[in-house]
Amino acid sequence: MQPLEPLTILIAEDSAADRLLLASILRRQGHQVLTAANGAEAVDAFREQQPHLVLMDAMMPVMDGFEAARQIKALAGETLVPIIFLTSLSESEALARCLEVGGDDFLAKPYNQVILAAKIKAMDRLRRLQDTVLQQRDQIARHHDYLLNEQRVAKAVFDKVAHAGCLNAAPNIRYLQSPYALFNGDLLLAAFTPAGDMHVMLGDFTGHGLPAAVGAMPLAEVFYGMTAKGYGLAETLREMNAKLKRILPVDMFCCATMLCLSFQRRSVEVWNGGMPDGYLHRIASGERTPLPARHLPLGVLSPESFNERTEVFPMARGDRVFLLSDGVIDTCDANEQLFGVQRLQQVFAANRQPDALFEEIEQALRDFGGEARDDVSMVEISLLEPEQITPPTLVYSDSGQSCPLDWSVSFEFRAATLKRFNPLPYLLQLLLEVHGLRAQSGALYSVLAELYSNALEHGVLGLDSSLKRNASGFARYYQERNARLGGLQEGYVRVHLQVAPTDDGGCLTIQVEDSGEGFDVERVMERPLDAIRLSGRGISLIRQLGRNARWTDNGRSARVEFIWEALA
Amino acid sequence: MPVVTEVSPDGQKLTISVKGRFDFAKHQEFRQSYEDKQLSAVVVDLKDATYLDSSALGMLLLLRDHAGGDDSDIRVVNSSTDVRKILAISNFDKLFDIS
Repeated sequence: MQPLEPLTILIAEDSAADRLLLASILRRQGHQVLTAANGAEAVDAFREQQPHLVLMDAMMPVMDGFEAARQIKALAGETLVPIIFLTSLSESEALARCLEVGGDDFLAKPYNQVILAAKIKAMDRLRRLQDTVLQQRDQIARHHDYLLNEQRVAKAVFDKVAHAGCLNAAPNIRYLQSPYALFNGDLLLAAFTPAGDMHVMLGDFTGHGLPAAVGAMPLAEVFYGMTAKGYGLAETLREMNAKLKRILPVDMFCCATMLCLSFQRRSVEVWNGGMPDGYLHRIASGERTPLPARHLPLGVLSPESFNERTEVFPMARGDRVFLLSDGVIDTCDANEQLFGVQRLQQVFAANRQPDALFEEIEQALRDFGGEARDDVSMVEISLLEPEQITPPTLVYSDSGQSCPLDWSVSFEFRAATLKRFNPLPYLLQLLLEVHGLRAQSGALYSVLAELYSNALEHGVLGLDSSLKRNASGFARYYQERNARLGGLQEGYVRVHLQVAPTDDGGCLTIQVEDSGEGFDVERVMERPLDAIRLSGRGISLIRQLGRNARWTDNGRSARVEFIWEALA
Repeated sequence: MPVVTEVSPDGQKLTISVKGRFDFAKHQEFRQSYEDKQLSAVVVDLKDATYLDSSALGMLLLLRDHAGGDDSDIRVVNSSTDVRKILAISNFDKLFDIS
C-alpha cells in the first residue's frame, strides 16, 4: 500500500467552528485545505482550484450541499472527485439522497478522526484507480487509431497490388469480397495470358491481420509476372509454392484455387489446394460439377514433392465457374452451428437467376443468423465468346532502336525436357523483341501454343484428339496426357523461327516438327474453318490467326507465317 | 486443461490430446506440449476436439517440423466427422496418418 500523498481537500461547511475543526484535523494529516461557507462558494472554489476531494455539509444557506455536489460532479466530468457528505441527518431517505446526487460516501457528525482518515484514504484509492483506468483507456484508443491508420495505408497498397489485373475490367468476372477480407488472408487475382486466356486465383492465407496479408505481395507478384509472360498454371503454381515455402514460417500457408479459362478452347483448367469445393455450373443442364481440393495448400510442401497436376473441363458459352472462401461455409450461428456445404447447395438448387446468386447466398447467410464475417470472398467467371473479351494491350518500355530484324534460330526439345519444361514463354519473349510482332502478340502466342501442344500431344504422345469430342472423353484425354507425359522416354519437338526483313516490314516463319506418326492432312483440311467442336479446334485456329498455314511430311511438320508493315 | 500430454512408459511415444475448439487460442499450450521433448512417435488425439481452424493446421505443421518433417511419425486419431472434413479439404492426409 503506497503512503497517502498529500491531497488538496475542499471543506464546504456553514458552521465556522466545524470548518475550523475539520481544517485543523486535515492539516495535521498532511493535506492542503480549501474552505467554503456555502454550496455556491464551494462550486466556485472547485472551479478555480480543482481539489482532489470534497467534504460537503448537506444543509447550507445560499446553495445546499446536494445542489453543489451535482454541479461539482458535472464540472469534474470523467475524473473522479470523491464527495463525502458531512451530515447530522439520520433518516435513511436523506442519507440515500446524498448518494443519489453523486456523493460517494458520508460521515456522521460529530467527527471521528480515525474514521475520517480511513475514508479519505479509501476514496483516494478509488480516485487513483479511476485515473489509471482513464489513462489506459486513452492509451488503448490511441493505439487502436494508430493500428487502424496502419491498416488503411497497408490496405491501399495491397489493393493496388491485388487489383492490378483485370479483376475490375473484365466483363465476365463478378466478385464479392468483404472490405477487409485481405486482412483475413483472402486474396483474389485475375489476369490475361498473352494468348488471351484468363488466369484467376482465389487464395486464403492462414491466420488473421497483417501477418495473413503479407504473403499476398509475393504471391501476386509471381501471379502477374508469370501470367503475362505466358507461363501456364503448372509452372506458376510450382513457383508460387517454392516462393511461399521459402519465405513463410512453417505454420503459415495459403489455400488456393487457380484457374485457366480458355475462351478459344472453351475449357477450364483447375488446381485446388485446400480450398472449399468450387463449382463448374453448366447452364444448359443446370448441373454443378464440384471442383474439389486435390492438393495440399501452397507453401507446405518442398519444391521436390509439390504436385502441380491440374484437371481440365470443357465449357460451353455462358457456363460459369464459382469459387468461394471458407468464410462462407464456416459462418457460425449463435449455437456454433456452421452454415455448411449443404445449405450452400440448397441455395444453388433454389437459384433461378444465375446473376442473383451472390445476393441469394448473402441473404441465406443473414437468414441463417450468422455473425457477419470479414473473410467472405466469392467470385464467378463466365465463359464468353473470344470476341467479347479484349485483353489489355501490353506496354513496352524500350525504344525499338535495337530491334533484331534478320535472324533464325532452331530448337530441339527432347523427352526429358518435354516432361517438365514449357518453352513457350521463352520463345514468345524472344519474338517480342521484334517490334513489328508486338501488335499481334496474342495471335502469335495462341498459334505458337497450338502448334506446340499439337506437336507434343498428337505427335510425340500420340493422343487422339477425337477423344475430346464429348465431356467425359475430354477429362480422359487430359488424364491420359499426364500419364503418357510422365512415362515419356523418347521423342522430340523442333521449333524453327526465322525473321526476315521485307520491303515494307518483315516476315516471321514458324515451323514446328515432331517425332510422332503424323496425321491425314487432307482430311483435316477439308473440315470447315469455323466448326464448333471440342476436338481439332487447334488447326482451324492456326489457319485463322496465321498466314499460309501448311502441313507437310504427313502432318509431322507445320509451318505458318506472320507478317508486319514497317512502323511509322 | 484443454491440451493434455502423456508420454508412454517406454518414453517412445508422446500423446497430445486437444479438447474443445482447436484454434489460435491453444497456440501456446500446444507448442509447450512438445517443445522440450525428443520426439520419435507422436499421437495427436482429437477425440474431444470440436472444431479445427487453419491456425490449428499451422500448429500441426509446426509439430511435424519439430518431429523431423518428412521423417516424422505423427498420427492424428479419433477425429470427428467435421474435423476430418477440414483435414480432408486441406489434403493433410498426405502429411499425417489420420484416423
